[in-house]
Amino acid sequence: MIKVEHEIHTRRRGRNIGVGLLLLGFITIVFGLTVVKVLELGNARQFETFDHVARPQIIPQEGTQ
Amino acid sequence: MTHPLRKSGMTDISLQETTYEAGMGDYFALLKPRVMSLVVFTALVGLLVAPVPVHPFIGFVAILCIAVGAGASGALNMWWDADIDAKMKRTAGRPVPSGRVAPGEALGLGLSLSGFAIVLLALATNFLAAFLLAFTIFFYAVVYSMWLKRATPQNIVIGGAAGAFPPMIGWAVATGGVSVESALMFALIFMWTPPHFWALALFVKSDYGNAGVPMLTETHGRDATRKHIIIYTLLLVPVALGLGLTSIGGPIYMAVAVIMNAWFLKGAYDIWRRDDAACAADKHAVEIGVFKVSLYYLFLHFGALLAEAALRPYGFGGW
Repeated sequence: MIKVEHEIHTRRRGRNIGVGLLLLGFITIVFGLTVVKVLELGNARQFETFDHVARPQIIPQEGTQ
Repeated sequence: MTHPLRKSGMTDISLQETTYEAGMGDYFALLKPRVMSLVVFTALVGLLVAPVPVHPFIGFVAILCIAVGAGASGALNMWWDADIDAKMKRTAGRPVPSGRVAPGEALGLGLSLSGFAIVLLALATNFLAAFLLAFTIFFYAVVYSMWLKRATPQNIVIGGAAGAFPPMIGWAVATGGVSVESALMFALIFMWTPPHFWALALFVKSDYGNAGVPMLTETHGRDATRKHIIIYTLLLVPVALGLGLTSIGGPIYMAVAVIMNAWFLKGAYDIWRRDDAACAADKHAVEIGVFKVSLYYLFLHFGALLAEAALRPYGFGGW
């Protein structure tokens, strides 16, 4: 007869939960780091120029400053 | 070696032929959690005493990376040293020699966690901190475990460098550089490790000899070990006091350093003056005492540095 529950199943489940939590933690870290790094830039203009192509409307007009 | 699970006459046919599957706890044990806790403490002090503030979340991730990196080097050490560990009572129950984790798994975990910790530290902070972490892992796993441990009784001296790097990494996380302060924090742990470990070696009956690991007490004898303890303690004192004169030192640190160094030096002197008969007479009371003092020694030095940094914003702390 094959037992449904066995000690090995419990351990396997524990391991699966552990890996799941680790992955969740990893996602949290990457997300948190992204938020912190972006906010640390401070100036919204730097967000816009992240790809070195600034939107025309955020470039200061000559003579306005 | 047959694992206990295989010996336990299970009736379940489908499971009888399966190999033992490790649980999370077995993998966690590979990371040497107790060593990790010391690494976390010293790295955190290195980070917090640095003159450049770090965002709390980045600081948390950096300390996590340093802890995981230290754990990874522990897993690599257990993979490499499984044959030695199996021969010694203290280590025979570790995951690899006891058969709970396959050697290949320990190697895989060690390598993947090393890569994870180094890359994440580089992305979260800076390349110098990541390079120092990579070098620490290399130093512990390759220089200490693979080259020195089985080759020379000075293994603990040079290998101690691996344990001395964390505050330097913490400092590099905050400042992006290396300085006199971080070099002296490194030197403090580096010079402290030999007398701390040899005091332990004098009163713990080890079986390193059976495992073929050369330890100073066995290759050069106990008298030579006592002499080494006093010499290294004498070399440690100027390092500890010198750290107090830098920008991260101050009166609190200096007071702690003077008291603890005098206490440690007195203990090392007492050990040096003793012989085996005296040790047997009081069941190594002096050696055990010095070992305990050595634990307080490191904790209080780094604790005092932290106190100086914590009080600085309020006009106290520092010179």
